[in-house]
Formats: sequence, C-alpha cells, structure tokens
Amino acid sequence: MNDKQGNNGKSPQDDAWLARPSTIRLLWWVFAAILVLSVSAQLLFKVKGYFGIDGWMGFGAVFGFLCCVAMVLFAKVLGWVLKRNDDYYREQTDD
Amino acid sequence: MTDWLHPALMMLLGALLIGPARGVVRSALVLLVPLLTLLVIWQVPDGVQLSLSFLQYPIELIEGSPVRRLFATIFALMAFAGGLFAYRQARWFELAAAYAYAAGAIGVCFAGDLITLFLFWELMALFSTVVVWCGGTPGARAAGIRYAIMHLLGGVILKVGIEGVMVHTGSIEVRPMLADSFDHWMILIGILINAAAPPVSAWLSDSYPESSPTGSVFLSAFTTKTAVLALILLFPGEPVLIGIGLFMIMYGIIYALLENNIRRILAFSIVNQVGFMVCAIGIGTQMAINGAAAHAFAHIIYKALLFMSAGVVIYRTGKNKCSEVGGLFRTMPLTAVCGIIGALAISGFPLTSGFTTKTMISQAAANEGLVWVYMLLAAASAGVFLHAGIKFPWFVFFQKDSGLRPKDAPWNMAIAMVLFAGLCILLGVAPQLLYAYLPYPVEYQPYTPGKVVFYLQLLLFSGLAFFLLLPLMKRTETISLDADWLWRVGLLRLVRGLGVVLEMIRGAVLGGLEKMGRHLGIRARHYFGAEETEDGKTYGVFARAWPIGTTALWIAVLLSAYAFFYYL
Repeated sequence: MNDKQGNNGKSPQDDAWLARPSTIRLLWWVFAAILVLSVSAQLLFKVKGYFGIDGWMGFGAVFGFLCCVAMVLFAKVLGWVLKRNDDYYREQTDD
Repeated sequence: MTDWLHPALMMLLGALLIGPARGVVRSALVLLVPLLTLLVIWQVPDGVQLSLSFLQYPIELIEGSPVRRLFATIFALMAFAGGLFAYRQARWFELAAAYAYAAGAIGVCFAGDLITLFLFWELMALFSTVVVWCGGTPGARAAGIRYAIMHLLGGVILKVGIEGVMVHTGSIEVRPMLADSFDHWMILIGILINAAAPPVSAWLSDSYPESSPTGSVFLSAFTTKTAVLALILLFPGEPVLIGIGLFMIMYGIIYALLENNIRRILAFSIVNQVGFMVCAIGIGTQMAINGAAAHAFAHIIYKALLFMSAGVVIYRTGKNKCSEVGGLFRTMPLTAVCGIIGALAISGFPLTSGFTTKTMISQAAANEGLVWVYMLLAAASAGVFLHAGIKFPWFVFFQKDSGLRPKDAPWNMAIAMVLFAGLCILLGVAPQLLYAYLPYPVEYQPYTPGKVVFYLQLLLFSGLAFFLLLPLMKRTETISLDADWLWRVGLLRLVRGLGVVLEMIRGAVLGGLEKMGRHLGIRARHYFGAEETEDGKTYGVFARAWPIGTTALWIAVLLSAYAFFYYL
C-alpha cells in the first residue's frame, strides 16, 4: 500500500509534466490571462446588480479577492488563540 | 406495493441480511437493496399512505410529497454509491450498520407524524454511532462515545419538544411551525443539534474523520441532511435560521482554513454547506426552499465524492494529514480528477451542480432584498472555493512531492467516484433534471451571462488570493479548539477542581479534628496517662503511686484548714 519510491536524484525535467517549474510558470501566465478575461468579459455581458454596487465593473473580482484575504487573515489571528498540538486532548485527559 | 412495503423497511431488511449472506450474495445484496429501495420510493404517491394507531395516536408511517421523495431518492442513491465504493474493502458489519443508518434517514423522509420521525431519528443515531466505531481505533471509540452522547442528548431534547406539542395541541402531525413556544424551541434545538449548528458543531468534525475511509462516505450524507429535511418540513421561514445558517457558513470556512486533517477539512465544509441550506430555509420563500432542497441533493453527491477521494488516499497511503501527503496526482490521476470535480462542484463553479443549486439560494436572498445575506453568501462562495475548492485538492494531490507513490483507486471505488463525478457535471449542465423534482415549480435560470461572469470573477480571484497567501496557510501539526473544549477539557477540569476543593475542605476538617483530638489526648495523658516516663515514673498526675506519708500530710493540711475556717 505504501509504495515509497521517492524522487531523489532526479532532475526537475524527469518529474511529472505538471510539477516542472517551466509548466508552473506557464500555468501562472494562463491563469493571469483567464483573470483578465473574466473581468473584461463584463464589458460584453452586463452583470445585473441587485443592490447597485454589485453591478460595478470588476466587483466580483475585488469582492472575492478581498473577502478571501480577510478570511485568511482572520483565520490566522484566530489560529494563534485556538491552535493546539495534535495530542492536546490526549494530554489533557490522560494526566 | 407501498401499502405494505415501507421504503425504510426494505433498506433495513437489506441491512439485516448483509450479515448472514456470504460472497456473491452479500455483494449482490449491497448493490441491489438501495436500487430496490429507490424503486419503492418512487412508488410512494402524495399524501398519507400507511397509518395505524398507537396509544390512541394516529401514526402515519408513510406520507409522500415531492420534497420527501427527493430526499429519500438521494439517500437511496447515496447508499448505492456508498455500498459500491465500500463493499470490497469495508467489513460486513460496517456495511450493515451504514444501511440501517440509511434506513433511518429514509424513514425520517416519509414520517407523517412526530413519533415516527423520532423513532427513525434514533435509529440513525444508533447506527451512525456504530459506523463511527467501525473506524476501529481507540480514537474512533472515544469519538463514537462523544458522538453518541451528543445525539442521544439531541434526541432527548427533541422528545421533550414532541411530548410538549402532543400535550398542548393534541396533534402529532408533521406540519410547519415557528419557534414561538417552549415546545417548538425544543424541537428546533433537537433538529439543529443534528444539523451541527452552533454551539455544538464540533461533534461532526470530531467524529466523522475518526471513522474508516469507507465509513466517512456514508456519514457525510445522512444525519445533517435529514435535519435539513426536518427543518424544511417543520420550520420553513423561521427567521432565526438565517442567522444560524450564516454563522455555520463562516464557522465552516474559518475552521477548515485552520485544519490539517484531510477529512476534518471536509467535515468543516459540511457544516459550511449545511449553513447555506439552513439559511435558505430561514428565508423561507418557495425559491429558497427549492434552493435548500436542490442544494442538499447536489451537496450529498459532491460531498460524498470528496470523501470518496479522500477515502481512497487514506486507504492507499494510511495518511490522514495534509502535511503528510502531497504530489499524489502522479500516481492517482483518477482520484485526483474526481476530487477536483467534487471540489469545483462544492465551490459552485459554472457547469457543476453546486452552481445550479447554490446560486438559487443567493437569488432567493436577492429577491427578498436581503442585502447582507446576499453579500455574505457571495463572500462565503468565495470562501468555499478557498477552503475546500482549492485547499483540499492542492494540499492532497499537488503541493510538494511527499515521495508517496500509491496505486490509484481499486476498481469498485473508481466506478463509484466516476458515477458521482458524472452526476456533479450532469446536474451542472442539465439542471432541469433536478429542478423538475423540487417541491415548488422552478422559474429560475442559472445560466445568464451576467451571473456566470460574476461568479467566475468571484471564484477565480479567490483562487488568486489562495496562491498569493499560500505562505500564510502553511500546514501545522495542530488542531483548533472548539466549543467542545468546554465538555472535553473544561468539564474535566471543573470536576477535578471541585475534587481538589473538596479534598482541601476534607483536609481542613480532618486536620482540625485531629488537632483537637491530639490536644485532648495530651491533657488526658497529663492527668491519667498510665505509661512510664524515662526516669521510671508514671506519666499521669493521678496515675502515679504517691507515698502514703504525702497523702497523710495532705489530709492533715486539709483537716487543719477546714477546722481553721470553720471556727473563724
């Protein structure tokens, strides 16, 4: 079940196509192009805003991005308070 | 046929026969029973079909309606796919327990009265606990006990509410109500406990990840979605559900972001997704209820698919944590692709089932002019993509090369995954297939260019945020404290603290008594002690042997004193 062969001693070019640095660079460019496309598509297709602001150009993009940043940062801060070692409950209940 | 055959009975019968059956017969049973149950479910017409009297209460064992059939259908379908996924790897008693658990869920679907609902509710609690225990580890055993306590407690609260309704109204019919009295509140709380609502959401992420890789696939489907159906039947349009739903949505996202255990990420995202449904039920319009039902249907499929994908990884590698896996796409392409399809569906990407169902809920909020609900649902859609849509496949199948080269899924698991992945896309491409069976007529068009552009922007830029913030999301070997800390550690500490205080009081009382006793002893010894001191004398004053002359002298002194004072 545990087929451990490792990847040691292989050059990056021997690795799977998806894991090569050149592919990852290419994917970033493709991703950037798609991002630009998704916003510029709003020039062609009007987004119906239910409350005014959500119909603005690029609202979805900015809103999605900012919400995610806010959630990640909030989770990070909360993590300082709430995170415990994996064995926390065992340690607490065994002694 | 349904005059005498209850769909849940069919399933339960199958569960009972799995044990004694052997070999091919057992496999055939596992695969055929859910399909036969499905057949029976589709025969159930609208209205009460099977009723009897128990303690003078009219028991309505089968009541049909579109939403009941819809939920029963997805439960039976789920049992089939789960059975197919598990039947060659899981032990027979796990399969039997899972089928009995499914029978409970299907029974709740058709319960026309609260007593029947309660009975099947408890059947679910019982056998889902067994499924958790089938994890087979000490951790699974402990989590199963905590799970059982929580659900039995929920059952008691639900029962209190049901009894109250019985006494105060005389009717035990399943009918819409609002949280406007103690009885109704008890029923609502009992149901919400099963929906993993706050503050007890932690039972879900505590227990499901401890079950076996096959068990968690079953667990992901039934309990919370039965609660969603119960809310649709009993509390449509109850405003308090909007707030509870929104809280569950945000809770699920934040906790999943903090989590390292693969299946616990998915467990938190169940709470998140059920939050969407609970919120929709709170909105309560026809479109919102349609959205909740459709979303539950779609959710069971993609969530089971995600748990299947995670289950295969755990089955093949024995690893549970994001920090221990990575780069598995190299040797598990099918599992990776199916996992990604499930992840895209849960994120509500266009052309997947999540898009055609979740946007219906947002639309219902917009139609009611609920600005904040609409905006929070949009933010949550972005957050779902962040915590489940990318995080799960990224950390499991890509991320770093963990060096693990496990084989891809066994054929039965592969077929089950492909089946559900196909359904995710089918319901995304042809949503009318599902819309036709929703409780109310659907006049909703998910694919308008503007809507697709809006959601693509929202999701793609969430993706950008994920990759830019990746350094902040480095996996740590940690868990996150939840409200269950209160009873897992807090209660223990309280009991131990009370013990210490009692021990102190006991010590003080005993110490005082001992001191008093010692003092009394010293005085007693001083006067009456019989033992001898070091120089051979007796210790006690009155116990010593005094010389007879001394006694005579003292008597003479006393007598003279007496005579002196007498004549004075």
